[in-house]
Formats: sequence, structure tokens, C-alpha cells
Amino acid sequence: MTGLGYPEEVARPRMAFFTDTTVCIGCKACEVACKEWNDVPESLWELTGHSYDNTGHLSADAWRHVAFVEQPAHLAGAEVLAHTAAIDAHVDALADDGFRWLMMSDVCKHCTTAACLDNCPTGALFKTEFESVVVQADVCNGCGYCVVGCPYGVISRRESDGKAWKCTMCYDRLRTGDEPACAKTCPTDSINFGTLDAMRELAHGRLEQVVGLGYAGARLYGEADGDAAGVDGTGALFLLLDEPQVYGLPPAPVAATKHLKGEWAAALAAACTVAVALAGAFSGRPR
Amino acid sequence: MSEVTEVRAPRGSMVPSAEVRSYHGRPILQAPPWTWEVPVYFFVGGLAGMSAALAEAAERNGVDSLATAARRVAALGALATPPLLIADLGVPSRFLNMLRVVKPTSPLSVGSWILSVFAPAAVGAAGLAELGRAPRLRRLAQRVGAVFGFGMSGYTAVLVANTAIPVWHEARHELPFVFSGSAAASAGAAAMLLAPAEAHGPARRFALAGGLLELGAERVMEQRLGELAEPYHEGDAGGWARLARRFTGAGAALVALGGGRRVLLRRAGAVCLLAGSFCTRWAVYRAGFQGAADPEPLIRTQRARLAPRP
Repeated sequence: MTGLGYPEEVARPRMAFFTDTTVCIGCKACEVACKEWNDVPESLWELTGHSYDNTGHLSADAWRHVAFVEQPAHLAGAEVLAHTAAIDAHVDALADDGFRWLMMSDVCKHCTTAACLDNCPTGALFKTEFESVVVQADVCNGCGYCVVGCPYGVISRRESDGKAWKCTMCYDRLRTGDEPACAKTCPTDSINFGTLDAMRELAHGRLEQVVGLGYAGARLYGEADGDAAGVDGTGALFLLLDEPQVYGLPPAPVAATKHLKGEWAAALAAACTVAVALAGAFSGRPR
Repeated sequence: MSEVTEVRAPRGSMVPSAEVRSYHGRPILQAPPWTWEVPVYFFVGGLAGMSAALAEAAERNGVDSLATAARRVAALGALATPPLLIADLGVPSRFLNMLRVVKPTSPLSVGSWILSVFAPAAVGAAGLAELGRAPRLRRLAQRVGAVFGFGMSGYTAVLVANTAIPVWHEARHELPFVFSGSAAASAGAAAMLLAPAEAHGPARRFALAGGLLELGAERVMEQRLGELAEPYHEGDAGGWARLARRFTGAGAALVALGGGRRVLLRRAGAVCLLAGSFCTRWAVYRAGFQGAADPEPLIRTQRARLAPRP
């Protein structure tokens, strides 16, 4: 044990969220629990007019965000609604109205190749022993380069103190063996938390189940061999019932740092071009 | 498992739907938190960087009056850049945290170090030249400033390219040429305004080449961006881009015609080139805001990337 009473630093499995949107009821308890535990400032008086969503997007002041989609039949796909109605009498009424709800609790993806972390010039952002990505508030100088780096639009700068903030995967709770506040509080187990391997297994099992029930549009989001290839996988998997962009998620995000060499090569080529022009400028008339 | 894989392929990847379904039309990305200091920094940093290179080249070729003018511009620009960079921070008092690590994955870290070498070198070279002291040290500082001056004018393009905003990131191969050309145009132009007329020749050719590179690279950038280039034709960024094209185009023409004794003509051209260079940086800066706010081009581009899955 160290002096702080933390367990010795040992190799740990990567920890991850699995958010199963099919059982999300849109109660926003995750948003509240997160704000309570992490002392995230409230944002009470903003009304977006976008269904029941008055949070709008993940940000420095919203580390969980519940998205609400009221989907008309022609967008959901008639076949999806027919399937849904066939397997669930309760949904039958909704299908008659030509309408369904999609709800999803969004969170930081804790990318394997995290653009926010790569971009951070101060080293304020770091990878923890759980392979989660965390900002050190006492180091961040608010340059904002992580904000433009994140391909999921997760991190932003807080107005009140000028520093960048985002989900820490409740780093303090993980260090004492507890699960993040959002997962702990979720009343329907829409938010699951555990090792990445366990979450992946859970997610694949649930996907098969849901597809077997007839949800044709169901898919996993956040896997390294799929949509998240551009960030080499994530620590936050989602089971979605429609395309990611319907929930406000990017369909195929890429960490810009993956192209860093090409960017510097272009800069070098440009510098050489200008150097040649400069050398050439001195041959010719003095005026 | 194969069944699962099949379902996981995005629906609609085989028959792309005409309409893009976004989340209430809300942006997917965060807006850049940056303010006016950033594009001004891009402009002043580029101007100072290329002026340092021009000063060294002029001294090597024995055009001393041009070297003096360019050296002064480089030093004044170098003095202005750190305050601009610091003012934009959320916690300006923590500027020095930029220098607590050297981080090659972060163009902002690399850029901070480039600035940290460039600024003292450029200011030192000009200061020692004005005082007429320590000629060897002055020469060394000037050479260091010239080399890092190329870094100053180019790294800012990598800085904006290495982001999630498509109008910036997908232009990563062209932006350095736009910025470097723009910086060369501004440095040549500033030298023409300050140096005596009989030393204008090299500055004039340098500015012209820079202006043409800026215009050409900007056009190639827009063509390659395709649909993503929309911000350069609409709204605020579109206005700045149009202004940039007009100023740089007019400036290049005036400078091209303003050879020999037509000093007034080329000085008018120099003013236009400086304005064009500034507007170019402002257009790129504003384009990032518009590109981050519009989810649809981002969705279409990313879906196209996913689509070719057999």
C-alpha cells in the first residue's frame, strides 16, 4: 500500500461503460448523479425545445447527456415498427401512431487514441491505470486545443474558470473499487460498467438478443473494428437502435493525430517551397 | 457472429439516403473556444517568421537596408505574439504550463517551443543590430530566427489542421501552403513599406510569389474539400474569404506592375497584400466555427468513409 492508502500500482484490466439504449427510460438520473458526485455546475434554465432534452450536448458542465429522439414511422422504417409491434404489445399503440422513442445516455468515449490527450500541450490530460482519460484541473491552462481535437465533441471549456472539463469515469470512485456514479444510479441498468472484455461480451450478447427480437436497426457503437476504428476503439460501448448520427454521435470519428505525420510533411513541403521562392527573389533587378 | 456483423453494418450503406438525419440539427462537434487573438496571432506570427527569413536572406545577399527593415518587422512581430497567445488562454497565468512538457503529438506544444526559440532570437538579432553590439551573437540569433521563422509561419496551419473540424482537418495538405504563402506575401509587403525604394526588388518578388502561392493553394484547398468547403462561400467566413481573394489578387497585380520606379504602385500593392494575408487567416479561423456548427457535411463525409464495406 502507498501512503495514500491506495492499492499498489499493478496492471489492471481496461474499464469501460456499456450503455444499452434499448432499456433507457430517459429519467436523467445519470446526469443528476454525475453532477452531484463530481460537483459539476448546474445548467437549469436553458430550454432547447428539442423534446425532453434540455442539456443539449456533452460539455464541461454536462458529463452525461440523455438524448431524446421522437422518431416518426417513415424515418424509423416501417419494417422496424412492424417488428417492434409484433414483439411487444405495449409498442403496438406507438406503432399505430407511427412513432417511437429513442433515448440514449451519452458520455465521454475514453478513446484508445484520444485526440484530446494527444493535443493537450501541458500534459494536463492523461491516461489512468484504468485506461480512462482524465483532465488534471490543477495543470490545465485552458488553451482549448482538446476542445477542437475531440471528434465526439465531448470536452469543452468552463466559462467560470476557463479550464477544460469532462467525464473522468469517476476516477476517484474507481480507485476505491466503486463504479462510476452514473452506472451506480441507473435504475434500469441501461448504464453498465466493468472491464472492457466483460462489457464487450455483455454488449454482443444483448445485441444478438435484440436482433433476435426483430429490431433490424440495432447495432453496437464504439468498437475498434467498426465505427471507432479512427480512434482505435473506445472505453464506452453503446447498443443503438438506429444510425449513430440520429443520436448526435459521429458515424466514423477519427483522431486527427493519426494524420500528424502527413500534416507536418505538408508543412515541410510548404516551407521548402517558400524557401525556394525566397532564394529566387534575390536573383534579378535590385528594385 | 456473422449474422451480428451483418446487422452492425450501418443500415443505408448500400442505398445511401438522400436526407441526412442529425440529432435535432444540433452540432456534433464543440465550437472552437478561441477568440480574435488566435487569427491575429496566425497573421502576426507568419509575418514575423517570414520577415526573419527575409532578413537573413537579404544580409547574405548584401542588401543591408532590406535586412534592417525585415529584422525590425520580425522583432516587433515577435514581441506581439506571446501576449496574443497568452490572452487567449482560459487561465492566462498558467501560460508557462505550456513549457512543462515537450509533446510531439501536440502541434500546440511544438508551436509553443518554436515560439519560445523564435521570439528571443528575432528580438535579440534586431536589438543587437540596433545597438551595433556582439556581431557574432547577432548573426547566430538571426540565423536561428530565420530557421524557426519557417516554423512560425507553418506550424499554425498544422495547428488548425490537427483538429476534428472537417473543414480544417480535410484541408491538412493544403493549409500549410496557404499559410506559408500568406506569410511570405505579408513579409515581402511589410519590407516594401519600410525599406528604401532601391532595395525593393527581392521583397517585391518574394511578396508576389507568396501572394500567388496563397491564392493558388486556397483554390486547390477549396476544390479538394468539395462539399466541406461550404464555409468559404457562405456567411461570415465566406465574406472574409472573398475579401482575402480580392485584396491578395489586387495586391499581387499591383506589385507585379510596380517594378522599377513605380514605388507608389508597389506600395499600394503591399498594403493590399497585407490586408489579404490578414483576411485569409480570418477566413480560415471563421470557417472552423461554421464547419463545427453544421453536422450534415460531417455526417455525409464520415458515412462515405464507412460505405465501401463489401
